[in-house]
Amino acid sequence: MSSSSQPSGHGTVKSYVTGLVLSLVLTVIPFGAVMLGSFSLPVNVGIIVVTAVLQVLVQLVMFMHLDFKTEDGWNMLSFVFTVLILGLVVGGSLWIMQHLHLNMMIG
Amino acid sequence: MATESLHHDAHADEHEHHDAGPTKVFGFWVYLMSDLVIFGTLFATYAVLMKGTAGGPTGADIFELPLILFGTFALLISSFTFGMGVLAMNANRVGQVKMWLGITFVLGLMFLGMEIYEFHHLIHEGFGPDRSAFLSAFFTLVGTHGLHVTFGMIWILVMLVQLSTKGLNDKTRPRILCLSLFWHFLDIVWICVFSFVYLMGVLV
Repeated sequence: MSSSSQPSGHGTVKSYVTGLVLSLVLTVIPFGAVMLGSFSLPVNVGIIVVTAVLQVLVQLVMFMHLDFKTEDGWNMLSFVFTVLILGLVVGGSLWIMQHLHLNMMIG
Repeated sequence: MATESLHHDAHADEHEHHDAGPTKVFGFWVYLMSDLVIFGTLFATYAVLMKGTAGGPTGADIFELPLILFGTFALLISSFTFGMGVLAMNANRVGQVKMWLGITFVLGLMFLGMEIYEFHHLIHEGFGPDRSAFLSAFFTLVGTHGLHVTFGMIWILVMLVQLSTKGLNDKTRPRILCLSLFWHFLDIVWICVFSFVYLMGVLV
């Protein structure tokens, strides 16, 4: 299936150190922003969302070695499918419950 | 393929090294994706019930960010130390693999200690999962993650024993790769927890 005998073995000390430094920086930024409390609410929310997405990407790429090559791309495809399901489950739940909530308030 | 791996002749072992290992890791990856959906449903539940405090405390009242930051650092660094363990495995250094797994275990213990302290403190104050819908959803989401970390640590102990008795071979290598994926996966879930539960909870 895969041409490589070590599917997750293509990390190096350098890539793991880079991943660690990036993840620590991307943790300090949102915690610092919220704990210092010097930004407005929308700015803080923006900082949290952006750093969280980047942080997840760092874990996936630097530590879990998610790419388009491993298992001929099936890892990536199953991940993309899961993200789609997550979008439906989380987004759909919030959408439906928001509507129910509004209807209850009116009624 | 499953029946083939039951045979222990040299040919089967040789075959497994090139085929069954990556397939096992991919199968485990698919399990992780399904686990991600479980956490997705718990996040959705939390988001829906977040405002249901029933006159009890809100997130801003009970979350202690310095404590969470400490646990976050422990878990993020443990992801790195496990990565170093995988590199040591690729270099065939059993002793170093065991050392890195040991460090990862201690960091996991620090994270878990933080979480148990937080939960104990909240329940002691009367803010247990029975207080409000918000706290029920909070304890379910964060507790499920903590339970995963606990099982990851049990798995680390099992691998430490297997590395001592069996060493690095075609059976133990895929297990360590699967465990490394599991451990990094728990980091990803925790990133979402501290971002959307704790940090957002303090703001809103």
